[in-house]
Amino acid sequence: MNEQPVIRTQGLTRYFGARPAVYELNLEVPRGGVFALLGRNGSGKTTTIRMLLGLLEPTRGGGSILGHDIRALAPEARARIGYLTEEHQVYGWMSVRGCGDFQSRFYPKWNEKVFRAIIGHFGLRPNALVKSLSRGERAGLCLALTLAPEPELLILDDPAMGLDPVARRSLIESMIYLTRRSDRTIFFSSHQLPDVERVADHIAVLDRAVLRACCPLEAFRNSVRRVLLRFTGTPPPLPKIPGLLQAVRSEGELRLTCVHYNGTTEAALRELKPAQMEQVPLSLEDAFICYLGDRGEKSFILTETEARR
Amino acid sequence: MNIVINTGSAAPIYKQITDQVRLGVATGKLAVGDQLPSVRALAEELVINPNTVARAYTDLAREGLIESRAGRGVFITRKRKMFTREEGRRRLEPLMEGLIGEAMVMDFTREELREAFEKKLGQCRWNHTKGEE
Repeated sequence: MNEQPVIRTQGLTRYFGARPAVYELNLEVPRGGVFALLGRNGSGKTTTIRMLLGLLEPTRGGGSILGHDIRALAPEARARIGYLTEEHQVYGWMSVRGCGDFQSRFYPKWNEKVFRAIIGHFGLRPNALVKSLSRGERAGLCLALTLAPEPELLILDDPAMGLDPVARRSLIESMIYLTRRSDRTIFFSSHQLPDVERVADHIAVLDRAVLRACCPLEAFRNSVRRVLLRFTGTPPPLPKIPGLLQAVRSEGELRLTCVHYNGTTEAALRELKPAQMEQVPLSLEDAFICYLGDRGEKSFILTETEARR
Repeated sequence: MNIVINTGSAAPIYKQITDQVRLGVATGKLAVGDQLPSVRALAEELVINPNTVARAYTDLAREGLIESRAGRGVFITRKRKMFTREEGRRRLEPLMEGLIGEAMVMDFTREELREAFEKKLGQCRWNHTKGEE
């Protein structure tokens, strides 16, 4: 049994000038499964990943990755982590095959079968020159180079960026392929909520440098609910509803989206004496957009922390 | 049976799977003894996290709709009553309200609706007898 999280940070903070890019981040990524890091552009996802890998010095706070201090990551630990950056950097003059041969020298556990399977999956010819590859093909090559060493922890920084739907699907298939071994962990940042919905077990949501959610994907979906209240006549003015994220008012109707929806929320809504009240289903994308909206209450869904209290 | 899922839907993926299997059993598309794909196979086919399929199968197994036989696969088991009478009535209520509401909007009379309902009922193969487990 290995209960220790593969990634854990405490108060991890990084400033660029006077502005915090990541602020007091307490993150825990359990071993096994797929963990998605979400957030709008500039919310601190890449900065977080770079600090985790020891590529960027934290201003304060710290953390561990595979049990090693992120400020002093030994090469042995680094070899157990696969990292795919936003920009896919490979030498243009090399062939696909050449890239694999070159990379394999650095890794004692290089798995040629995995390399071939993934380049095959993306439809790459081994003799093709890197400079002749399309963006999606290049992403496939980089993914193959990252997965072939069989990393214990795979970190992908926005792997779907700029990929067409076919290449994106191949990427997701490769990620699912990796979950064959239950002790492997994938940690990836993304804007693609359909992909997240397909593969993620856990999510973390960063909002302007601050962690707003860190929980199982299902817990997030359960927490954010939309309720439709019908009134005969004009809906009454809205009192303070706990966890209110968004209120849309129309003729005879109030459509409210709330976080931490529970019996208390429901009782508060019944106080408005609606003629009819029903929950309407909410997609992950709508839940996410409402949760990060500017007007709503700033709430936190942090089940790990709550569990420890 | 062909299970299809959609991302971006208001229904979580595990629920889309359980709903389709339930519907398959209810409509007779899936019969007792039919085999479902393994967790891994269905996850790869639908390109989703295997844990999501496992979650759906766990729910279906708890309802007694499917059974996992070690080393052999996942099978549709005896069709069982899924809800208590009371729970069933509670779930039926909003559906009836919806139906009646729509009929009102479309200017049907009580008699016309009753007639249409009876006619439809007559067309259904009703293979459920009261008290059956």
